[in-house]
Formats: sequence, C-alpha cells, structure tokens
Amino acid sequence: MNSGQDLSTELREHVLQAAAEDKRLELLGGGTKRFYGHPTTGVPLEISGHRGVVTYEPKELVMTVRAGTPLAWVEQALASEGQMLPFEPPHLGDRATVGGTLACGISGPRRPFTGAVRDFVLGARIINGRGDILRFGGEVMKNVAGYDTARLMAGSLGTLGVVLDVSFKVLPLPERELTLSRECSQPQALAEMNRLAGRPLPLSGACYDGRRLHIRLSGSSLAVAAGKNHIGGDEGHSQQLWQDLRELSLPFFNSPQPLWRLSVPASAPPLECTDKQFLDWGGAQRWLVSQAPPESIRTMVEKLGGHATLFRGGTRNQRIFHPLSQPLMILHQRLKQAFDPKGLFNSGRLFPEL
Amino acid sequence: MPTNDPVKGAGKIDTPALVKALRQFLPNAAVITETEALRPYECDGLSAYRQIPWAVVLPETVEQVCQVMSLCHHWQIPVVARGAATGLSGGALPLADGLLLSLAKFNRILNIDPIARTARVEPGVRNLAISQAANPYGLYYAPDPSSQIACTIGGNVAENSGGVHCLKYGLTVHNVLELKVVTPDGHLTTIGGPALDSPGYDLLAIMNGSEGMLGILVEVLVKLLPCPERAQVLLAAFDDVERAAAAVGEIIAAGIIPAGLEMMDGLAVRAAEDFVHAGYPTEAAAILLCEIDGTNEEVSDHIRRARDLLLKKGATEVRTAQDDDERIRFWKGRKSAFPAVGRLAPDYYCMDGTVPRKRLPEVLTRIGALSREYDLPVANVFHAGDGNLHPLILYDANRPGELRRAEDFGADILELCVRVGGTITGEHGVGHEKIHQMCVQFSAAELEQFHRVKAAFDPSLLLNPGKAIPQPKHCAEYRTLARDTLVPPGERSKAAG
Ligand SMILES: Cc1cc2nc3c(=O)[nH]c(=O)nc-3n(C[C@H](O)[C@H](O)[C@H](O)COP(=O)(O)OP(=O)(O)OC[C@H]3O[C@@H](n4cnc5c(N)ncnc54)[C@H](O)[C@@H]3O)c2cc1C
Repeated sequence: MNSGQDLSTELREHVLQAAAEDKRLELLGGGTKRFYGHPTTGVPLEISGHRGVVTYEPKELVMTVRAGTPLAWVEQALASEGQMLPFEPPHLGDRATVGGTLACGISGPRRPFTGAVRDFVLGARIINGRGDILRFGGEVMKNVAGYDTARLMAGSLGTLGVVLDVSFKVLPLPERELTLSRECSQPQALAEMNRLAGRPLPLSGACYDGRRLHIRLSGSSLAVAAGKNHIGGDEGHSQQLWQDLRELSLPFFNSPQPLWRLSVPASAPPLECTDKQFLDWGGAQRWLVSQAPPESIRTMVEKLGGHATLFRGGTRNQRIFHPLSQPLMILHQRLKQAFDPKGLFNSGRLFPEL
Repeated sequence: MPTNDPVKGAGKIDTPALVKALRQFLPNAAVITETEALRPYECDGLSAYRQIPWAVVLPETVEQVCQVMSLCHHWQIPVVARGAATGLSGGALPLADGLLLSLAKFNRILNIDPIARTARVEPGVRNLAISQAANPYGLYYAPDPSSQIACTIGGNVAENSGGVHCLKYGLTVHNVLELKVVTPDGHLTTIGGPALDSPGYDLLAIMNGSEGMLGILVEVLVKLLPCPERAQVLLAAFDDVERAAAAVGEIIAAGIIPAGLEMMDGLAVRAAEDFVHAGYPTEAAAILLCEIDGTNEEVSDHIRRARDLLLKKGATEVRTAQDDDERIRFWKGRKSAFPAVGRLAPDYYCMDGTVPRKRLPEVLTRIGALSREYDLPVANVFHAGDGNLHPLILYDANRPGELRRAEDFGADILELCVRVGGTITGEHGVGHEKIHQMCVQFSAAELEQFHRVKAAFDPSLLLNPGKAIPQPKHCAEYRTLARDTLVPPGERSKAAG
C-alpha cells in the first residue's frame, strides 16, 4: 500500500506543455473502460503512475486516494478495515483505477439504495486546462463553500481536467447479506421491485434476469432476517450473481450485438420491445441487447422519461450518449470552455461537440 | 460588513419605465416599489445585514418568471431570488439597485407519486409540507433542516441544506432528481430527470448549493424514502464537553450509522429546556441525541449497543425515550435550540463550519477559549455526526463594537475550521456573510475557476452578484489588511479600525 508516488508536478508539466503546443491529450488510467464513450484522439497521458492512498482513517469514514491507484488496492484496504466503497463500481478488468472510476461514473447494483459514485465524492484535486492545480471540496462530510466542482467530475469522462486525487466517503461493510430469488414475469418483477423499494427494508440490490427476480438484503443480521420474513422466496448462494452483474460478466452481457444501457424511472412500464433485457437497479437501469435503430430506442426511452447510452458494441462513431437539448448543450460547451479552454482533455469523448 | 466588488444595477435605469414594463405581465400588487412595503424584504435570517431592494416582484407562473428574467436581462438588472428568507448567510440579502424575486407564490405540491417515490413541487413549498403530503403513503422527504416548518425547497436546493437526518440519508443534493430552471436570460430548461441519472455533466451537483447564482428554480422533483418501521432516540448526558465530542466518533467507528447524532452544550441545553421543557438534564455539560432507525429488532439491538458504548465513553446518564411523545420532545428541544438560545441575549450570530469528527473535542475547547478572549458567550448546538458545528455567538448590537467583535469571533472560528482540515460552511452557504473567509479556504486560481463556472451559466453576471465567490483581488486586500493572522484575537477589531 505504501508503494505510492505523487506525480502531480510531472502531470502538470505535461498539461502545460500540451497547452503550449496545442496538443490534445487522452487521459488514461488502467484502460479498462477505454471502450466507453466516443473514441478520442490525443497523446495518451498515463495517470496510473500517480498512485497511493493519501489518507485513510477508518473512524472518519473517509479515504483520499490518488487517481492512478488501482481500484483493487482501494477495495482491499477498505475491506481489511471492514469498510467498502458503497457504490460498487465495476472494475471491468484488473487494471481499473480510481480516477477512471470517477470519470466514468458507473455504479453497481447497490446504486439505487445507497447512492452513485457522485454521491460519495467529498472532494477532489484536479489540474484544469490552464495547468492550475485546484482543490475543491475536502475530507469533511458537509461542505457548501463554492460550487460543488468535485462532484461535477463524476461522469465527466475526463473532459474537464486531470483528476489528481479524490476523497470518498466510505461505509461499513454490512454485517450480513443474503439474496432471495423467485420466478416471475417482467411486469410482476417490476411491480414487486417498486413495491419493496417503498417499504422500509434493508434492500441493496434488485434485479430481474428475464426469468427470476433477485432481491439482495444487506445490513444488521436482525434487519436482514426481518426483511427475509417479509419478502419470502428461495435463499440462494448468489454473491456471485451480484459480482457478475456488477462486472457485466453474466452470459447476458456476452452478446456480440450492441449493448444499450437505459436509465429510466424505476416505475416505468416494461419497454415496448421484445429484445433481450436485464433489469437492474430495481427497474431503473435496463440493459438491452438490440440491433434496433438507435433512434427508435432513444424515442422509446424518452417517452418513459429516461435516456439511452450505447454502452458497448455497435459502431462507435455514432451518438453514444443521449443527445442533449440545445440549451443544455450550450451550457455543456461553456462549462467545458470554463475548465479546458483549449480543449486539451479527452476531446469528443463525451459528446463530439465537447 | 463584508464588501465585494460593485455590481451593475438599476441605478442607471428609468424606474417608472421598468415598473410599467413589469406591470405589462404582472398584476399591480405583484410589483412592489414603495419603501415601507419593501421593508419586510430587507434581510434574511441573518438580520445583522439589511438592505432595502430597489423593487420586489412576486410572480405566480413560470411564464412570468421567464418574462421577469428576460426583461432584467434586457435592462441588465441584477436579480436576487428569495424563498422563505430563513437563510443564515445573507444569501437572499437584496441589492439596493437590484430586483428581489420572491418565489413565495409557488407554493403548490404538484404531484406525489407513491410508486415512483417522488414528489414534484414548486420551489416555494415548505420543506415540512412535502413530508406531510407524503406521509399517507408511508413516505417522507429525508433532509430536514431545523427550519423545516418555514424554509422552502427552492432555498434548500440553493443552499444544499442539511438536517438532523442527513447523517444517514444524505443532503439535499442526494435527494433531488430534477430541476426546472429559468436561465438568467429568461429561458426554461430542465436539469436532471425522473431517472436516477442523466446524460452529460452532473449539473444537478452544481445547481445544488449554487446560492441562487446560476438560475431561478421553478420546479423541483425530489426523492421520497419509506418511513422507517421504528425510530428510537437516546439522550446521553456528559459532564465534560470534550468527552461528549469524543463519543461521537466512537459510535460511528463502531459501525453504527445513526439516523441523527446531535450535540448540545450546557448553555444550549438549559436554554432549550427553559424554552420548550424538553426534559433535558440541565446540569449536564453536554448532551448527545442519538437516533437509531430501522426494523424493530435492529433498532433494539443498536440502541443497546449505542447505550453501552456511550456509558463506556463516559456518559453520566443515558436515557431512552420511553414513547413517541418523549422522542418528539427530545427533538423539539434540539429543533428549537436556535430561537431558545436567541432568548439569552439581544442578538445571536450562528456559525456553520465543518471539521473532521476527530477534531471536534479540540475545536470545541478552542471555541471556548476564544469565547473568553472575545468576552462573548457562545452556545454549541450541532450536527455532531457530520462534524458540522453551529456555534451561536451571543451579543448585543446596541453596544458599540459588539457586532464587530461577534463577527471577528465568528471569523476566527471559521478559520480554525479550515486550519484543522474543515470548511467555513457545512450547510448555510457563503452568501454575503462568509465572503472574506472564502479567501482563506480557496486560492486565487480556485476562485477564478468558480467565477468561470458562474459565467458559463450567467454570462452577464446578473444573478445574486457579489455573493458566495469573492473576487481574488478583494482577497488579496483581505489577506494583507483586515485579517492579518499576526493580530492577536480580540485585537483584530481595533486593528481593522
Ligand atoms: C432557526 C433556523 C434553523 C436552521 N436550521 C438549518 C439546518 O438545520 N440546516 C440547514 O441546512 N439550514 C438551516 N437553516 C438555514 C436555512 O433555513 C436554509 O438555508 C434554507 O434552505 C433556506 O431556505 P429559504 O427558503 O428560507 O431560502 P432563502 O433564505 O430565501 O434563500 C436562500 C438562498 O437561496 C436562494 N434561493 C431561494 N429560492 C430560490 C429559487 N427558487 N431559485 C434560486 N435561488 C433561490 C436565495 O437567493 C438565497 O441565496 C436554519 C435557519 C434558521 C433560521
């Protein structure tokens, strides 16, 4: 764990040099999520050497860690103190880093019940496109001094700056965890997931694999036992299910066809579409394997109040993320400009316009 | 009184013409310009700072808000939004040459969706009203500022407000899904949506806590949570403030995340007891209120564990609320602590720094020492589980120099928070009040970045100008002149003139 090194100065030099030479950079952590978003051109700027846990005090429930630190280290360090990153980020490979986790902003099955990456960001240090090293937020639980710029980094796909380090709020590992499963139809599964989410139960996962509904309970042994009585169903050995769902390594995700991630209200009705689906997040995240024209998928999802991302596969030079309304796109362009006036970082990765 | 750079204003414009233009689309009564009628709008909850606005408008429809903004944009008139004005940092403090835009008429709950577990409300809806409307469905809105009977959801979003239950259930930013926002040039846009995330940048993160500087909120979609099966509260008394503060960290470290974990020192305990008869132990140096919620059996178990731990960590007495009535009474004491302390002196000044939990004992001791040095009493009532302090400085504005001394004392507390790794504001915002201390917490480059974010949303800088983010130039002056750290505490008022 102590094999960390601080490359802030070197990284800053690289940014300044790129700015001076008007050269674009591709910010690169472990490369495990390089497929995500639009392809970007630019000289790779390797962040993975900038690694190590800066501070970790289990009693404070806070960890500050350099962006290049492998996610696996972080999770190990936390687990050895009985704690975890509550948003269950997918690794999608051995080399996943903390910086990439923040930049992609992808959260696992626990997300609707405990929160997303962005919900646990307390602070961040970044290098903006002018080469300034800036610190926003901090290591305390509440902080409203200035705009919440640290949280803005979550999901920005490295287009606003080089993240140097992040402070996360962490949580104790649940005392007990179990999964209940039962067979049902998709409409039944959706109704049940929404019904349960409205009850005071220690839910930490709710997914439907096309055949069976799986409900995960986490918390104190007593709460989990009470939840089990309320819900019923078979208790499975399903740790692996959630792990595989988090890592998108279930057979469902192996299809060569385009994989769409649909983010919709959990209470939205079943999709008007017969392609293969996997429902996670209690119905709020619906994975779809489909060859259907992107436009028809986007229209269908918009009607439900959601948005669609071409997560993996398909041709990557078409729109990946759901198009923004014009006023929002203008705002995005101005924000990009505010952080990275020369467009150095991950140009076009989030939207071709940025 | 903090000052920032001068701003553009209505001074240069033709008042009758502008009033006429506003009355084209607003009823006469919704445009106020007479001084006496403007007076109720001169301050927010931080009444030490007052300013009569140039005019007040009270639109009733989103369309009217768009028209107001577009008109002000055309005439380049600054606009300050106002909810219930319970803010404690002068965020809604008007500008002499600006328009005050009250959202008071936007007070309808548009929809409660018990299946989706959301509430769609207008910005002027009171915080508590949301939970009341959701209650029949077994749901509630979690962030509960102590001002919840009065403050509005629009103000909550603008400040990213917290409350007793935020320790476990998050701040406003964690509980808002979608915002309808009127831009400074009068267009309606939607940020976020009914799904759990949206494409592109996390603009909700920026809007929450943006202190009315980036857009006018005209509709808010919030998450509702299921009411817990059971909630139980412990009251632990201590004969030493440091010991009480140290116990806070121990509870969290034991893996128990209470729904709320609040601390009150002796002065606050006695004030609250006199005010609402909560049944507090008035001889205690400090009390902790620790609420545990969850399933029935879980609550019993955690209460037992928390109780043992508190006794082990030096509590002289631990009481469990016997019934719901007593639980409500325990919380009533806490929730009315500000006004209760307010009865002890003609004026009080509420601070809002946050520190790492482990630094609480030393910070409280240091605040006690400062209180003696400044010769002003201080009461502490705060969100201990989050390390969010609320020292209440008691003073008398009618005594020459006392307000100034209270301000300096407050500034010292905030700078102390920054020194121990914390922040100058946990939930009340920077507003007009803490603009100087922003210079202590942020570098010039960081402030410049904030200004660029502001300009991305509001290129003409018309929304709440001069608040929240100081000009770096102003900071340079502040650092060298007014707050020279070599000036011993208490000497500062004299040194600064
Ligand atoms: C006794 C007391 C106890 C308190 N306890 C707490 C507490 O526990 N936790 C906490 O966080 N705060 C607390 N506060 C502070 C205050 O209540 C909160 O900041 C609250 O969110 C302010 O809401 P408001 O409607 O009164 O907003 P206002 O004071 O009217 O405005 C606050 C800010 O929001 C902006 N604003 C308001 N409405 C809009 C809108 N529609 N669009 C854009 N901007 C807008 C204003 O311009 C201003 O900058 C307390 C205050 C008091 C007096």
